[in-house]
Amino acid sequence: MTKTPLQFRHNGRDVAVFVDGGVNLLVALRELIGDMTPKFGCGQGGCGACSVLIDGELHLSCLTLAETANGRAVETLDGMKDGPNLHPLQRAFMEQFAAQCGYCTPGMLMAAKALLDRNPSPTRAEVIEAISGNICRCTGYEPIINAVLAAATSGRARA
Amino acid sequence: MPVTVKTFASFGEAASALSSDRSARYLGGGTLVMRALNEGDISISTVVRATDQALSRIDVASSRVTIGAGVTFARVLAERELAFLHAPARSIGGPAVRNMGTVGGNLFAPSPYGDFTVALLALDATVSVQGGLGARDMPIEEFLQSRERQSGALVLAVSCQRPASADAFRYRKIARIKPKGGSVITLAAHLPVSGGRVSGARIALGSMAATQIRARAAERALEGRALDDSAVSAAAAAATEGVSPADNALGSAWYRREIVGVHLRRLLSGLE
Repeated sequence: MTKTPLQFRHNGRDVAVFVDGGVNLLVALRELIGDMTPKFGCGQGGCGACSVLIDGELHLSCLTLAETANGRAVETLDGMKDGPNLHPLQRAFMEQFAAQCGYCTPGMLMAAKALLDRNPSPTRAEVIEAISGNICRCTGYEPIINAVLAAATSGRARA
Repeated sequence: MPVTVKTFASFGEAASALSSDRSARYLGGGTLVMRALNEGDISISTVVRATDQALSRIDVASSRVTIGAGVTFARVLAERELAFLHAPARSIGGPAVRNMGTVGGNLFAPSPYGDFTVALLALDATVSVQGGLGARDMPIEEFLQSRERQSGALVLAVSCQRPASADAFRYRKIARIKPKGGSVITLAAHLPVSGGRVSGARIALGSMAATQIRARAAERALEGRALDDSAVSAAAAAATEGVSPADNALGSAWYRREIVGVHLRRLLSGLE
Protein backbone atom coordinates (compact mmCIF):
# COMPACT_ATOMS: atom_id res chain seq x y z
CA MET A 1 0.00 0.00 0.00
CA THR A 2 1.46 3.34 -1.01
CA LYS A 3 1.82 6.06 1.54
CA THR A 4 0.61 9.57 0.97
CA PRO A 5 2.73 12.63 1.80
CA LEU A 6 1.03 15.05 4.12
CA GLN A 7 2.16 18.55 5.10
CA PHE A 8 0.43 20.90 7.46
CA ARG A 9 1.03 23.55 10.13
CA HIS A 10 1.16 21.96 13.55
CA ASN A 11 0.94 24.56 16.30
CA GLY A 12 2.64 27.11 14.08
CA ARG A 13 5.37 24.77 12.79
CA ASP A 14 5.42 23.07 9.39
CA VAL A 15 5.44 19.29 9.60
CA ALA A 16 5.57 16.62 6.91
CA VAL A 17 4.77 12.94 7.32
CA PHE A 18 3.77 9.97 5.19
CA VAL A 19 0.44 8.39 6.06
CA ASP A 20 -1.23 5.12 5.16
CA GLY A 21 -4.58 5.36 3.37
CA GLY A 22 -7.48 5.92 5.73
CA VAL A 23 -5.36 6.99 8.71
CA ASN A 24 -7.09 9.55 10.87
CA LEU A 25 -5.53 12.81 12.01
CA LEU A 26 -5.40 11.69 15.64
CA VAL A 27 -3.14 8.77 14.75
CA ALA A 28 -1.01 11.03 12.55
CA LEU A 29 -0.59 13.53 15.40
CA ARG A 30 0.13 10.99 18.10
CA GLU A 31 2.08 8.29 16.32
CA LEU A 32 3.82 10.16 13.52
CA ILE A 33 4.36 13.61 15.00
CA GLY A 34 4.56 12.62 18.66
CA ASP A 35 2.02 15.13 19.92
CA MET A 36 0.30 13.11 22.64
CA THR A 37 -2.04 15.88 23.82
CA PRO A 38 -5.10 14.88 21.76
CA LYS A 39 -6.51 11.70 23.31
CA PHE A 40 -8.20 8.67 21.83
CA GLY A 41 -11.50 8.19 23.62
CA CYS A 42 -14.25 6.57 21.61
CA GLY A 43 -13.20 6.75 17.96
CA GLN A 44 -16.84 7.49 17.12
CA GLY A 45 -17.22 11.24 17.60
CA GLY A 46 -19.05 10.82 20.87
CA CYS A 47 -16.54 11.97 23.49
CA GLY A 48 -14.54 14.92 22.16
CA ALA A 49 -11.24 13.82 23.76
CA CYS A 50 -9.48 14.11 20.39
CA SER A 51 -10.72 17.67 19.65
CA VAL A 52 -8.30 19.91 17.76
CA LEU A 53 -8.64 23.16 15.86
CA ILE A 54 -8.27 23.01 12.09
CA ASP A 55 -7.96 26.49 10.59
CA GLY A 56 -9.40 27.74 13.86
CA GLU A 57 -12.49 25.49 13.77
CA LEU A 58 -13.13 22.75 16.28
CA HIS A 59 -12.82 19.28 14.72
CA LEU A 60 -12.68 15.73 15.99
CA SER A 61 -9.27 14.50 14.90
CA CYS A 62 -10.30 10.83 15.15
CA LEU A 63 -12.98 11.40 12.49
CA THR A 64 -10.75 13.54 10.27
CA LEU A 65 -9.02 11.73 7.43
CA ALA A 66 -5.40 12.79 7.96
CA GLU A 67 -4.83 13.83 4.38
CA THR A 68 -7.72 16.30 4.49
CA ALA A 69 -5.54 18.38 6.84
CA ASN A 70 -3.01 18.87 4.04
CA GLY A 71 -2.00 22.53 3.80
CA ARG A 72 -4.14 23.50 6.76
CA ALA A 73 -3.28 24.77 10.26
CA VAL A 74 -3.82 22.26 13.07
CA GLU A 75 -3.78 23.47 16.67
CA THR A 76 -3.62 21.09 19.61
CA LEU A 77 -3.33 21.57 23.33
CA ASP A 78 0.44 21.22 22.94
CA GLY A 79 0.53 24.66 21.32
CA MET A 80 -1.70 26.40 23.82
CA LYS A 81 0.81 27.58 26.40
CA ASP A 82 3.27 30.34 25.59
CA GLY A 83 6.66 29.02 26.66
CA PRO A 84 6.49 28.57 30.44
CA ASN A 85 3.30 30.63 30.66
CA LEU A 86 0.03 28.77 30.78
CA HIS A 87 -2.86 29.99 28.65
CA PRO A 88 -5.55 31.75 30.73
CA LEU A 89 -7.83 28.78 30.09
CA GLN A 90 -5.24 26.34 31.42
CA ARG A 91 -4.67 28.49 34.49
CA ALA A 92 -8.40 28.76 35.10
CA PHE A 93 -8.82 24.99 34.76
CA MET A 94 -6.10 24.55 37.37
CA GLU A 95 -7.49 27.14 39.77
CA GLN A 96 -11.10 25.96 39.46
CA PHE A 97 -10.21 22.25 39.83
CA ALA A 98 -11.67 21.59 36.40
CA ALA A 99 -9.56 18.46 35.85
CA GLN A 100 -9.72 15.28 37.86
CA CYS A 101 -8.47 12.30 35.84
CA GLY A 102 -7.54 14.75 33.08
CA TYR A 103 -8.40 12.57 30.10
CA CYS A 104 -11.07 14.91 28.76
CA THR A 105 -9.06 18.04 29.58
CA PRO A 106 -7.20 18.49 26.27
CA GLY A 107 -10.46 18.23 24.32
CA MET A 108 -12.28 20.47 26.79
CA LEU A 109 -9.56 23.10 26.51
CA MET A 110 -9.67 23.05 22.71
CA ALA A 111 -13.47 23.31 22.70
CA ALA A 112 -13.25 26.18 25.18
CA LYS A 113 -10.55 27.90 23.10
CA ALA A 114 -12.69 27.56 19.97
CA LEU A 115 -15.45 29.34 21.86
CA LEU A 116 -13.36 32.15 23.37
CA ASP A 117 -11.51 32.82 20.11
CA ARG A 118 -14.88 33.72 18.54
CA ASN A 119 -16.79 34.93 21.56
CA PRO A 120 -14.58 36.40 24.33
CA SER A 121 -17.56 37.05 26.64
CA PRO A 122 -19.75 33.96 26.49
CA THR A 123 -22.79 33.39 28.65
CA ARG A 124 -23.03 30.31 30.80
CA ALA A 125 -25.45 28.78 28.28
CA GLU A 126 -22.97 29.42 25.48
CA VAL A 127 -20.20 27.70 27.44
CA ILE A 128 -22.43 24.69 28.04
CA GLU A 129 -23.25 24.56 24.34
CA ALA A 130 -19.57 24.91 23.39
CA ILE A 131 -18.44 21.93 25.47
CA SER A 132 -21.54 19.85 24.75
CA GLY A 133 -19.58 17.54 22.46
CA ASN A 134 -17.03 16.74 25.17
CA ILE A 135 -17.72 14.13 27.79
CA CYS A 136 -16.24 14.32 31.30
CA ARG A 137 -16.91 11.44 33.67
CA CYS A 138 -15.30 13.00 36.77
CA THR A 139 -16.13 16.61 37.41
CA GLY A 140 -19.86 16.83 36.77
CA TYR A 141 -18.99 19.69 34.38
CA GLU A 142 -19.66 22.54 36.83
CA PRO A 143 -15.95 23.27 37.58
CA ILE A 144 -15.22 23.17 33.85
CA ILE A 145 -18.01 25.63 33.04
CA ASN A 146 -16.82 27.89 35.86
CA ALA A 147 -13.23 27.71 34.62
CA VAL A 148 -14.18 28.74 31.08
CA LEU A 149 -16.22 31.65 32.44
CA ALA A 150 -13.34 32.66 34.73
CA ALA A 151 -10.86 32.52 31.83
CA ALA A 152 -13.19 34.70 29.77
CA THR A 153 -13.33 37.24 32.59
CA SER A 154 -9.56 37.23 33.14
CA GLY A 155 -9.02 37.56 29.38
CA ARG A 156 -11.23 40.66 29.38
CA ALA A 157 -9.39 42.05 32.41
CA ARG A 158 -6.06 41.67 30.58
CA ALA A 159 -7.34 43.29 27.43
CA MET B 1 -6.39 -2.04 7.57
CA PRO B 2 -5.23 0.62 5.12
CA VAL B 3 -7.73 1.68 2.51
CA THR B 4 -7.17 3.37 -0.81
CA VAL B 5 -8.11 7.03 -0.77
CA LYS B 6 -9.10 8.52 -4.11
CA THR B 7 -9.49 12.28 -4.23
CA PHE B 8 -11.05 13.95 -7.26
CA ALA B 9 -11.34 17.58 -8.27
CA SER B 10 -14.74 17.10 -9.88
CA PHE B 11 -17.84 15.42 -8.50
CA GLY B 12 -18.39 13.68 -11.84
CA GLU B 13 -15.14 11.76 -11.55
CA ALA B 14 -15.88 10.96 -7.91
CA ALA B 15 -19.31 9.66 -8.88
CA SER B 16 -17.80 7.38 -11.54
CA ALA B 17 -15.24 6.04 -9.10
CA LEU B 18 -18.00 5.42 -6.57
CA SER B 19 -20.38 3.65 -8.94
CA SER B 20 -17.70 1.38 -10.37
CA ASP B 21 -16.47 -0.01 -7.05
CA ARG B 22 -18.81 -1.82 -4.71
CA SER B 23 -16.45 -1.49 -1.74
CA ALA B 24 -16.02 2.27 -2.18
CA ARG B 25 -17.64 4.74 0.16
CA TYR B 26 -17.89 8.47 -0.29
CA LEU B 27 -16.25 10.48 2.48
CA GLY B 28 -18.02 13.73 3.27
CA GLY B 29 -17.47 15.20 6.71
CA GLY B 30 -16.11 11.92 8.07
CA THR B 31 -18.54 11.48 10.95
CA LEU B 32 -19.94 8.26 9.44
CA VAL B 33 -17.22 6.82 7.22
CA MET B 34 -14.22 7.55 9.47
CA ARG B 35 -16.17 6.14 12.37
CA ALA B 36 -16.74 2.96 10.38
CA LEU B 37 -13.03 2.76 9.50
CA ASN B 38 -12.05 3.35 13.14
CA GLU B 39 -14.29 0.45 14.09
CA GLY B 40 -12.54 -1.77 11.55
CA ASP B 41 -15.30 -1.98 8.93
CA ILE B 42 -13.63 -4.23 6.35
CA SER B 43 -16.42 -3.75 3.79
CA ILE B 44 -14.79 -0.42 2.89
CA SER B 45 -11.63 -0.79 0.86
CA THR B 46 -11.75 2.48 -1.04
CA VAL B 47 -12.62 5.94 0.19
CA VAL B 48 -13.68 8.42 -2.48
CA ARG B 49 -13.51 12.17 -1.96
CA ALA B 50 -14.27 15.20 -4.10
CA THR B 51 -12.86 18.65 -3.49
CA ASP B 52 -15.35 20.15 -5.96
CA GLN B 53 -16.62 23.51 -4.68
CA ALA B 54 -19.95 22.81 -6.38
CA LEU B 55 -20.76 20.43 -3.53
CA SER B 56 -20.48 23.12 -0.88
CA ARG B 57 -22.64 25.75 -2.54
CA ILE B 58 -25.72 27.23 -0.91
CA ASP B 59 -28.29 28.88 -3.18
CA VAL B 60 -30.97 30.87 -1.40
CA ALA B 61 -31.80 33.29 -4.21
CA SER B 62 -35.34 32.11 -4.87
CA SER B 63 -38.24 30.63 -2.93
CA ARG B 64 -36.53 27.29 -3.43
CA VAL B 65 -33.28 26.81 -1.51
CA THR B 66 -30.55 24.45 -2.66
CA ILE B 67 -27.90 23.18 -0.29
CA GLY B 68 -24.83 21.35 -1.58
CA ALA B 69 -24.29 17.91 -0.11
CA GLY B 70 -20.95 18.99 1.35
CA VAL B 71 -22.40 21.93 3.31
CA THR B 72 -21.78 21.48 7.03
CA PHE B 73 -24.35 22.12 9.74
CA ALA B 74 -22.17 24.97 11.01
CA ARG B 75 -22.57 26.64 7.62
CA VAL B 76 -26.32 26.09 7.64
CA LEU B 77 -26.36 27.82 11.04
CA ALA B 78 -24.29 30.71 9.70
CA GLU B 79 -26.71 31.33 6.82
CA ARG B 80 -29.49 33.68 7.85
CA GLU B 81 -31.62 32.75 4.85
CA LEU B 82 -31.75 29.17 6.15
CA ALA B 83 -33.18 30.18 9.53
CA PHE B 84 -35.99 27.65 9.15
CA LEU B 85 -33.35 24.90 9.21
CA HIS B 86 -31.42 26.23 12.19
CA ALA B 87 -33.33 24.23 14.79
CA PRO B 88 -32.61 20.88 13.12
CA ALA B 89 -28.98 21.88 12.40
CA ARG B 90 -28.44 22.97 16.00
CA SER B 91 -29.91 19.73 17.34
CA ILE B 92 -27.09 17.68 15.81
CA GLY B 93 -24.00 16.74 17.81
CA GLY B 94 -21.73 19.25 19.52
CA PRO B 95 -19.88 22.10 17.78
CA ALA B 96 -17.17 19.82 16.37
CA VAL B 97 -19.69 17.46 14.78
CA ARG B 98 -21.53 20.45 13.31
CA ASN B 99 -18.25 21.75 11.87
CA MET B 100 -17.72 18.40 10.16
CA GLY B 101 -21.04 16.67 9.48
CA THR B 102 -22.71 17.49 6.17
CA VAL B 103 -26.25 17.76 4.86
CA GLY B 104 -25.54 15.05 2.27
CA GLY B 105 -24.04 12.66 4.80
CA ASN B 106 -27.02 13.07 7.09
CA LEU B 107 -29.17 11.41 4.42
CA PHE B 108 -27.19 8.22 5.01
CA ALA B 109 -27.01 8.41 8.82
CA PRO B 110 -28.67 5.33 10.26
CA SER B 111 -31.25 5.52 13.04
CA PRO B 112 -31.06 7.05 15.67
CA TYR B 113 -29.09 9.65 13.70
CA GLY B 114 -30.21 11.66 10.69
CA ASP B 115 -32.20 14.40 12.43
CA PHE B 116 -31.65 16.94 9.67
CA THR B 117 -33.14 14.49 7.20
CA VAL B 118 -36.33 14.37 9.28
CA ALA B 119 -36.68 18.11 8.67
CA LEU B 120 -35.95 17.70 4.95
CA LEU B 121 -38.55 14.92 4.70
CA ALA B 122 -41.23 17.16 6.22
CA LEU B 123 -40.23 19.88 3.75
CA ASP B 124 -40.61 17.49 0.80
CA ALA B 125 -37.01 18.02 -0.30
CA THR B 126 -35.58 16.84 -3.58
CA VAL B 127 -32.29 14.95 -3.58
CA SER B 128 -29.98 15.40 -6.58
CA VAL B 129 -28.00 12.25 -7.17
CA GLN B 130 -25.20 11.50 -9.63
CA GLY B 131 -25.11 7.81 -10.44
CA GLY B 132 -23.35 5.70 -13.00
CA LEU B 133 -26.07 6.59 -15.52
CA GLY B 134 -26.04 10.32 -14.97
CA ALA B 135 -27.67 12.85 -12.69
CA ARG B 136 -31.25 12.75 -11.54
CA ASP B 137 -33.47 14.39 -8.98
CA MET B 138 -35.67 12.28 -6.76
CA PRO B 139 -38.10 13.02 -3.96
CA ILE B 140 -36.45 12.51 -0.58
CA GLU B 141 -39.02 9.90 0.34
CA GLU B 142 -38.09 7.76 -2.65
CA PHE B 143 -34.41 8.31 -1.84
CA LEU B 144 -34.84 7.12 1.74
CA GLN B 145 -36.86 4.06 0.70
CA SER B 146 -34.06 2.99 -1.62
CA ARG B 147 -31.20 4.25 0.56
CA GLU B 148 -29.51 0.86 0.78
CA ARG B 149 -29.12 0.86 -2.99
CA GLN B 150 -27.90 4.47 -3.14
CA SER B 151 -24.45 3.88 -1.67
CA GLY B 152 -22.97 3.69 -5.17
CA ALA B 153 -24.46 7.06 -6.06
CA LEU B 154 -23.13 10.46 -5.11
CA VAL B 155 -25.56 12.95 -3.59
CA LEU B 156 -24.84 16.40 -5.03
CA ALA B 157 -27.39 18.58 -3.28
CA VAL B 158 -30.76 18.77 -1.62
CA SER B 159 -33.35 21.42 -2.34
CA CYS B 160 -36.69 22.42 -0.92
CA GLN B 161 -39.24 25.20 -0.96
CA ARG B 162 -39.05 27.58 1.95
CA PRO B 163 -41.85 26.89 4.41
CA ALA B 164 -45.06 28.81 3.75
CA SER B 165 -44.43 30.84 6.92
CA ALA B 166 -42.10 30.68 9.91
CA ASP B 167 -44.88 29.11 11.95
CA ALA B 168 -45.70 26.56 9.23
CA PHE B 169 -42.54 24.56 9.85
CA ARG B 170 -41.89 23.02 13.23
CA TYR B 171 -39.19 20.73 14.54
CA ARG B 172 -38.66 18.92 17.77
CA LYS B 173 -35.96 16.47 18.84
CA ILE B 174 -36.44 14.50 22.00
CA ALA B 175 -33.13 13.60 23.66
CA ARG B 176 -32.29 12.54 27.17
CA ILE B 177 -29.13 14.62 27.35
CA LYS B 178 -29.24 18.34 26.72
CA PRO B 179 -27.99 20.18 24.82
CA LYS B 180 -26.46 17.25 22.98
CA GLY B 181 -27.87 13.76 22.88
CA GLY B 182 -28.98 11.08 20.48
CA SER B 183 -32.58 11.12 19.35
CA VAL B 184 -35.21 9.20 21.28
CA ILE B 185 -37.56 10.49 18.62
CA THR B 186 -37.36 13.41 16.22
CA LEU B 187 -40.39 15.13 14.73
CA ALA B 188 -40.83 17.72 12.01
CA ALA B 189 -43.99 19.10 10.49
CA HIS B 190 -44.75 21.39 7.59
CA LEU B 191 -48.28 22.74 7.98
CA PRO B 192 -49.26 25.11 5.20
CA VAL B 193 -52.55 26.80 6.06
CA SER B 194 -54.89 28.04 3.38
CA GLY B 195 -58.13 29.80 4.30
CA GLY B 196 -57.69 28.79 7.94
CA ARG B 197 -57.35 25.11 7.06
CA VAL B 198 -54.32 22.88 6.84
CA SER B 199 -53.57 21.98 3.26
CA GLY B 200 -50.77 19.62 2.28
CA ALA B 201 -49.51 18.77 5.77
CA ARG B 202 -46.33 16.72 5.97
CA ILE B 203 -45.21 15.18 9.23
CA ALA B 204 -41.90 13.31 9.43
CA LEU B 205 -40.57 11.12 12.21
CA GLY B 206 -37.03 10.00 13.05
CA SER B 207 -36.11 6.94 15.14
CA MET B 208 -39.57 5.50 14.54
CA ALA B 209 -38.49 3.07 11.80
CA ALA B 210 -35.32 1.92 10.06
CA THR B 211 -35.30 5.18 8.11
CA GLN B 212 -37.02 8.50 8.60
CA ILE B 213 -40.71 8.07 7.76
CA ARG B 214 -43.82 10.15 7.20
CA ALA B 215 -46.70 9.90 9.65
CA ARG B 216 -49.30 9.67 6.92
CA ALA B 217 -52.25 8.85 9.16
CA ALA B 218 -51.50 11.91 11.28
CA GLU B 219 -51.19 14.03 8.12
CA ARG B 220 -54.59 12.79 6.94
CA ALA B 221 -56.10 13.64 10.32
CA LEU B 222 -55.09 17.27 9.83
CA GLU B 223 -55.90 17.67 6.16
CA GLY B 224 -58.59 20.23 5.42
CA ARG B 225 -59.13 21.04 9.08
CA ALA B 226 -58.29 24.02 11.23
CA LEU B 227 -55.33 23.32 13.52
CA ASP B 228 -57.55 23.16 16.60
CA ASP B 229 -57.64 20.86 19.60
CA SER B 230 -59.76 18.19 17.95
CA ALA B 231 -57.60 18.03 14.82
CA VAL B 232 -54.42 17.95 16.91
CA SER B 233 -55.87 15.17 19.08
CA ALA B 234 -56.85 13.16 16.02
CA ALA B 235 -53.34 13.54 14.58
CA ALA B 236 -51.69 12.63 17.89
CA ALA B 237 -53.87 9.53 18.17
CA ALA B 238 -52.81 8.47 14.67
CA ALA B 239 -49.07 9.07 15.24
CA THR B 240 -48.19 5.42 15.80
CA GLU B 241 -49.82 4.15 12.63
CA GLY B 242 -47.22 2.55 10.38
CA VAL B 243 -44.28 3.01 12.73
CA SER B 244 -41.79 0.27 13.58
CA PRO B 245 -39.35 1.71 16.11
CA ALA B 246 -36.43 -0.27 17.49
CA ASP B 247 -35.09 -0.80 20.98
CA ASN B 248 -31.78 0.89 21.62
CA ALA B 249 -29.85 2.38 24.52
CA LEU B 250 -31.70 5.68 24.17
CA GLY B 251 -35.18 4.23 24.47
CA SER B 252 -37.25 1.12 23.91
CA ALA B 253 -39.62 0.61 21.02
CA TRP B 254 -42.47 0.54 23.56
CA TYR B 255 -41.41 3.89 25.01
CA ARG B 256 -41.12 5.46 21.57
CA ARG B 257 -44.65 4.36 20.67
CA GLU B 258 -45.92 5.73 23.99
CA ILE B 259 -44.42 9.18 23.60
CA VAL B 260 -44.64 9.92 19.88
CA GLY B 261 -48.27 11.04 20.14
CA VAL B 262 -47.52 13.20 23.17
CA HIS B 263 -44.72 15.02 21.39
CA LEU B 264 -46.64 15.31 18.15
CA ARG B 265 -49.45 16.97 20.09
CA ARG B 266 -46.97 19.44 21.62
CA LEU B 267 -45.38 20.12 18.24
CA LEU B 268 -48.74 20.78 16.57
CA SER B 269 -50.03 22.87 19.47
CA GLY B 270 -46.91 25.01 19.36
CA LEU B 271 -46.00 24.08 22.93
CA GLU B 272 -42.37 23.90 23.99
